[in-house]
Amino acid sequence: MNQPRPATRSRRLARWVDDRLGTAYLATKALRKVFPDHWSFMLGELSLYSFVILVVTGVYLTFFFDPSQAESTYRGSYEAMRGVEMTAAYRSALELSFDVRAGLVMRQIHHWAALLFVATMAVHMARVFFTGAFRRPREINWMVGVTLLILAVFNGFAGYSLLDDQLSGTGLRIGYSIALSVPLVGTWLVSLLFGGEFPGPDIIERLYVIHILLVPAVIAALIGVHMAILLRQKHTQFAGPGRAEGNVVGERVWPTYAAKGLGLFFLTTAVLAALGGLAQINPIWIYGPFDPAEVSAASQPDWYMGWLDGAMRLIPPWEVRAFGYEVPNPFFPGAVLPGVTFALLYLWPFLEARFTGDRSEHHLLDRPRDRPVRTAMGVATIAFYGVLFLAGGGDVLSTTFGVSVNAVFQAFRVLLFVLPAASAWVAYRLCRDLAQRDPAPADDGSVAMTALAGVAEDGRDQDDRAGHDGPEAQGQAVGKHH
Amino acid sequence: MDDIEPAATEEDAAPRAAAGERVVIAAFTASMAAALALAVVYWRGGQAQLEGVLLAISLGGIGVGMVVWAKRFLPSGEITEERGRMASTDDEVASFTHAFEQGEQAIQRRALLLKLLGGAVGALGVAALFPIRSLGPRPGRGLFDTGFRNGTRLMTVDGRSVRPEDLSVGGVVTVWPEGHVGEPDSPTLLVRVDRPELFRRPTRTQWTVEGIVAYSKLCTHTGCPVGLYQSRERLLLCPCHQSTFDVVEGAKPIFGPATRPLPQLPLGLNQAGELVSTGDYREPIGPGFWNRRR
Ligand code: HEM
Ligand code: FES
Repeated sequence: MNQPRPATRSRRLARWVDDRLGTAYLATKALRKVFPDHWSFMLGELSLYSFVILVVTGVYLTFFFDPSQAESTYRGSYEAMRGVEMTAAYRSALELSFDVRAGLVMRQIHHWAALLFVATMAVHMARVFFTGAFRRPREINWMVGVTLLILAVFNGFAGYSLLDDQLSGTGLRIGYSIALSVPLVGTWLVSLLFGGEFPGPDIIERLYVIHILLVPAVIAALIGVHMAILLRQKHTQFAGPGRAEGNVVGERVWPTYAAKGLGLFFLTTAVLAALGGLAQINPIWIYGPFDPAEVSAASQPDWYMGWLDGAMRLIPPWEVRAFGYEVPNPFFPGAVLPGVTFALLYLWPFLEARFTGDRSEHHLLDRPRDRPVRTAMGVATIAFYGVLFLAGGGDVLSTTFGVSVNAVFQAFRVLLFVLPAASAWVAYRLCRDLAQRDPAPADDGSVAMTALAGVAEDGRDQDDRAGHDGPEAQGQAVGKHH
Repeated sequence: MDDIEPAATEEDAAPRAAAGERVVIAAFTASMAAALALAVVYWRGGQAQLEGVLLAISLGGIGVGMVVWAKRFLPSGEITEERGRMASTDDEVASFTHAFEQGEQAIQRRALLLKLLGGAVGALGVAALFPIRSLGPRPGRGLFDTGFRNGTRLMTVDGRSVRPEDLSVGGVVTVWPEGHVGEPDSPTLLVRVDRPELFRRPTRTQWTVEGIVAYSKLCTHTGCPVGLYQSRERLLLCPCHQSTFDVVEGAKPIFGPATRPLPQLPLGLNQAGELVSTGDYREPIGPGFWNRRR
């Protein structure tokens, strides 16, 4: 470890590349980036890793999966389904599970990774929300993040709808009916999407292109944008000794942070591999091939669709009828609710700025307790969607606890409003108490003064223009460019 | 500026380092062993659980090794960097504007040209939307009609016709119009209730035969098959969102999100004593849509 390094082959290669691209300058800059450290800053990273795993396992699945609704017969090694007529999609998914070596592990890792992808994204978003990291100048990245969440949820749905088993067919049928319920254009919409009336001849092939190409490409591009903006704006940090609005206190990317990050990637993959091997998920051979005249009781979607499923169940039997036209009931929980949800998410940074009148730049994070109103609203939101999520399993709860379905759903309808209000109140009081007992560490004034003075003097972000913070690095940069 | 410190102080450095190195060595070795075992398992035919576990160990070994390595042996310590500001200075904005507006010749009708460019691009965009039409047929009468006609025999999934006596009291069976068995838009439920005298409006009793009533099996909420019949309460339950329909009262929804009754199919008997429809449903079956009542 301590010997002087000889001009190894790798160094010669690096030199070769540098001669042609001048990479040393950029690479140095990247290695020297400073990142503040906090456990909660890892959540976004986990999301990124899950996406990488989705792509790797997904590509493997594409080699064997056949996204076709053509009639086909299973002849593989799973006894119970041998000789059964089914679509090629379902047949190839069965083959992936029983006849392709390592196919089942890959399928299950893919599915577990999808659950983790959306989960870590949602929790990451909650972190950003409760700490106020979405405030100026980070509104754009907040909106990029909301878009990523929508795409991830959508692609997950598209993914498990491909297999054409009983569960996925039921999900698609509900999706079809929601699209059909859209005023004016609903009937056209479903005809163009499904290629005709449900189940339509084309939906699986189309979802396939969307699932493996379109949405992942957009997600990858947006992740790139997300990271680029993060690098440009630098990470936020919590207040503390030496930390101020004008500086970033943390570890350099290279080598420790990078090594830990890479290690974390391997650990994430390890957990998903263990789940993929040991924890059965989406056992399509139990659900059977899709039959539009049958549905299994207690079908539950993936967790990230649960809130929509719950809303579909909790809504009272209302619809709008006028002048011989109608807006059917599923439109409200199925289209209006997600529309409003995501619109509010997109707009939140601007709404908050308007309410608080605070439009200044922030790089220091809030402690949730110091922003009791925001925290209470966030908690209420989580409670609201949490109740919807639980209502998605209302029938299961009813049979498990022997309570009538009717009672369960009436209770959920009350809870849907009472629980958010109550939890908001509790959160608000808790924040006030906590904040009183433990006042906020202020922006470290001394540092702030020098940091701001530094900015004021040369009027510029030294680091980002020249690319470096150490004197010797500065020298290199100059040498490179002149 | 370089306030990076070595990971450990002098006196406890050696034993800790040795322990750390042992962990890293163990982790990487375990990883390698698991990877080899994984290859063997795959080679010998594969086994999902083992594959998952071995993959987890080989990945986890690398992960643990790297994290321990990073934490124990790589420099740690905080660096303070200035953040700089986001917005550009006025000078920079000015020089950008200058650079951007370079080189335009004096044109007299600049506004007009810009509008035309916008118009051309817009028109192209609109034209590019038209091929979307190729994705599917015009929504036609299919949403309104099913295969039932006057005199169509009702067939079960295995293609047999149904006589009233085939249905036990409290029993249900799913049928399709003859020639359309299994088609997704016409599954229909035949229900034989125990006490036909309970039938009341909006059930049309003249459309029932010997206590047998036929309703569309597709839920009026989002079209799931309404598969569960509780014969004691004479209720049909939809498993998707728990809409509940009262069989003796025109399959009117009494619970859940469904807003409309399941449409009733007019039933009759043919000369052979088989159940037939005496016409199609009088309204579209399944989930609602904008112009459903047109
Ligand atoms: C945005 C990220 C993605 C999400 C959230 C996601 C999610 C899912 C889910 C939940 C399934 C059902 C898995 C099952 O139970 O079998 C699935 C299936 C599938 N996915 Fe993805 N996926 C993503 C990206 C990809 C990519 C990038 C590819 C390929 C390039 C891919 C290829 C496939 C294939 C071929 C299937 C069907 C085969 C099968 O599962 O048997 N996915 N996806
Ligand atoms: S589809 Fe029957 S209740 Fe929703």
